[in-house]
Amino acid sequence: MNKPIRRVSVFCLLLVLALMIRANWVQGVDASALNANAHNERTLIEAYSYPRGDIIVGGKAVTKDLLVNGNLYKYRRAYVNGPMYAPITGYSSQVFGSNLLENVEDPILSGNDPRLFFRNALDTLTGKQKQGGDVVTTIDPKVQQAGWDGLQGKKGAAVALDPSTGAILGLVSFPSYDPSTIAGANGDANKAWNALVGDKTNQPMLNRALRQTYPPGSTFKLVTAAAALENGNITDINAPTDTPDVYILPGTNNVPLPNEAGDTGCKNASLNTALALSCNTVFGKLGAEIGGARMLDEAQKFGFNNSSLTVPVGVTGSNFDKGMGQAQTAQSSIGQYDTRATPLQMAMVAAAIANNGSLMQPYLVSQERSANNSVISQWSPKQLSQATTPEVAAQIQTMMINVVQNGTGITAKIPGVTVGGKTGTAQNGVNNSNNPYAWFVSWAKAPNGKQIAVAVVVEDSDTARGDISGMHLAAPIAKAMMQAYIGG
Amino acid sequence: MTATESPVVTVVPQGAPNRRNTELSLLVFAVLVPVLAYAETGLALDGRLPAGMLGYGVGLGAFALLAHLAVRRFAPNADPLMLPIAALLNGLGLVFIWRLDKARQLHPNYPAAENQLLWSGLGIALFVAVMALLKDHRLLQRYTYLSGFAALVLLAVPAFFPDRASDFGARIWIHLGGFSIQPGEFVKILLPVFFSGFLMVKRDALALASRRFLGLYLPRGRDLGPILVVWALSLLILVFETDLGTSVLFFGIFVVMLYVATERTSWVLFGVLMAGLGFWAVARTEGHVRGRIHEWLHPLTTGAGTGVGQIGQALFALGAGGALGTGLGQGHSWLIGFAAKSDFILGTIGEETGVAGVTAVLLLYGLLAERGLRTALAARDPFGKLLAVGLSAAFALQVFIVAGGVTGAIPLTGMTLPFIAQGGSSVITNWALVAVLLKISDLARRPAPGQLLQPETVR
Repeated sequence: MNKPIRRVSVFCLLLVLALMIRANWVQGVDASALNANAHNERTLIEAYSYPRGDIIVGGKAVTKDLLVNGNLYKYRRAYVNGPMYAPITGYSSQVFGSNLLENVEDPILSGNDPRLFFRNALDTLTGKQKQGGDVVTTIDPKVQQAGWDGLQGKKGAAVALDPSTGAILGLVSFPSYDPSTIAGANGDANKAWNALVGDKTNQPMLNRALRQTYPPGSTFKLVTAAAALENGNITDINAPTDTPDVYILPGTNNVPLPNEAGDTGCKNASLNTALALSCNTVFGKLGAEIGGARMLDEAQKFGFNNSSLTVPVGVTGSNFDKGMGQAQTAQSSIGQYDTRATPLQMAMVAAAIANNGSLMQPYLVSQERSANNSVISQWSPKQLSQATTPEVAAQIQTMMINVVQNGTGITAKIPGVTVGGKTGTAQNGVNNSNNPYAWFVSWAKAPNGKQIAVAVVVEDSDTARGDISGMHLAAPIAKAMMQAYIGG
Repeated sequence: MTATESPVVTVVPQGAPNRRNTELSLLVFAVLVPVLAYAETGLALDGRLPAGMLGYGVGLGAFALLAHLAVRRFAPNADPLMLPIAALLNGLGLVFIWRLDKARQLHPNYPAAENQLLWSGLGIALFVAVMALLKDHRLLQRYTYLSGFAALVLLAVPAFFPDRASDFGARIWIHLGGFSIQPGEFVKILLPVFFSGFLMVKRDALALASRRFLGLYLPRGRDLGPILVVWALSLLILVFETDLGTSVLFFGIFVVMLYVATERTSWVLFGVLMAGLGFWAVARTEGHVRGRIHEWLHPLTTGAGTGVGQIGQALFALGAGGALGTGLGQGHSWLIGFAAKSDFILGTIGEETGVAGVTAVLLLYGLLAERGLRTALAARDPFGKLLAVGLSAAFALQVFIVAGGVTGAIPLTGMTLPFIAQGGSSVITNWALVAVLLKISDLARRPAPGQLLQPETVR
């Protein structure tokens, strides 16, 4: 019987060998795929087993980590002034994932960034708890607060930039939500999430400043003006243009381009006057004369049609159509038709003009730091493009100052400070059936050298339709934000 | 004590030392390693040495010493490796069960380590009892048919007990008051006894009276009877108790023992073919078995609103362990949930000690099985040989069935990892199994005396 017994021994050894091969396969070859599986709760348990790093605004953390010692997770994310900073921080939830800075800066905040490897290794050796690094934002809390206060009871967004660097000083979206309410893994968080996602009228989780595009309306005339001046269609901003009282869109069967402000003063108005009065006829005709291709080129220099911009949070691309006919180009040149822009995009237009034509890349994160405050990365301002020449920028600045001094932007005037602006009232819905969007884009330069560029859009409000205009709704908010930054 | 006059052909070097001291020193390690593991788990979980450490260490040491003394007294020439390996596995199992007891995330989580320690004590008691009362393993031969009958009854009993939701499909438990017993475990010893006795008588008929066909010896129709009966029985277990593991185990033991008894490869082919056909047929019709196969093929699919299933969680645990593991007490294998301490305990071993720990445990099992088979080689009587092969193969097959299921190599079946997993029936059965193997090895390794107990026919 010994021969079969020996064979049975070999067979039993083979069974054990097969198990060992399988164990090596699962724990070696398959391990990384298993660890990365979305349903493997270990990833989240690990992520919330130590405090995340903080997102810092104006030297103070707007995030914190609560030691909850829950069943699965040790810590839970919470937010200071959550609704106001939600468009910046985003949320970090144990159930619903994360977005915005919490998502994009996760490697630093979680401490898993390769640049933190040495520090982590040291912590492991010394037995210290792992800690995430901090993310320092460019947000100015006063500017943010001013925009937030201004938008209360309305629906819209406001973005403020430092024109000389591109630093984002304010990023407001209203209505908003408190990311603390959806951070946990419990029934309350579930309810809060369902309520937020289900609120289709207010869309509190929509980041209107970065992720929503609106027809820019008359504020787009700044781009058209830049194109006209660069292209030589206009050589003197105060010389009268050849504009009829009623401008018929070229190539159409007697379709006029109406002036929102009435027809007074727009006939043959100079560029300066046309901007102050926001004459659709003048800018529509100019756009058609400049041509679609040249207008597209100008819009792109100001940042349109770029869907890959990150600040480092991804920004939805603004749109200026390609290959349009003359009529569409005319409409697009006054910010209608298919032209759409994010509030950030319009703030970039104002910033480029204020910064003598140089468009700086907008950025939200100035520094990434390790847990012991050593700087891992420091943003150095860089130019995104030369949107227009310094000469043209200077001429548009003059005109924008005129808008605030004598035109539709008078509500943004700040004593002792040079302010330039442009209002906009964009049509919304078929045949303008919905409340129009009220825009205001502006910049301010203080004697002490501080600069700020702002774009505000108000979607909708309780105010009666006739009253809605950039002048009354958006400009005061922009003014408050500019004042908060430069004083006066 | 010289070997020259021995008429018996054995592979045991005559007059070799009996290795009892080797066993004792190995036992020291077998106790020390779990105690240190216990300390490390406590330090990792609570930052201090566990309060019960002294009691646990002393208790484990006392168990080991008791077993050792029993071996010294009643089986002085027994194999020196089996007892330390069993003690080490049992001790490690206690540590892992205690570690999972501490996982407050596991719901519902009843403390099981103390119970398991109690069962281990009972197992040791049974071990000592077998050592003392079973003078000679050949005595078991007398109970061949009684064993067979008892095995049949024990296998059938759970099917007549009411189904319980907590049993998750498989009906292999008997619930008596607060206790639950898994009678299938005891059958693991009874069936090899029955098969050994039966095959010893029948093996010549089965081996020789066969027809040659295509180079294979095919058994005669009337000799097919026993194998058909066992085959049918294993399928009945599968259908009525939906217990794939026990079914495969019993049929496997039978085929292995039949092969060893007759030395006919054709029996193996025939058996594997029958098993394959039978299981295929049952798998097609039985929803429970089909579900298990589906889980095995797609372990990472998720149910509605829930995460992956248990096999998926076990794979996650193994993957999280990687090469060296997270360290004792520092894994999250409680995510496996129900049965984390019993059928799925290998997941915890894999996560907290890595592939290194899993390999070590598998090698220990392999070593134990091979020592048993070595005993079978050395045994001088055919009954002892068959019994040792049957018990060792049962052990190896059970390890393969449960570890293969947890690692996703084969469909999962409800079975416990011998000695390590939580389960009273399993622990005491395995201690008894090792005791019987030790008794056989004692006789096999006993230096041939001037006169044998009885004349033997050894081929």
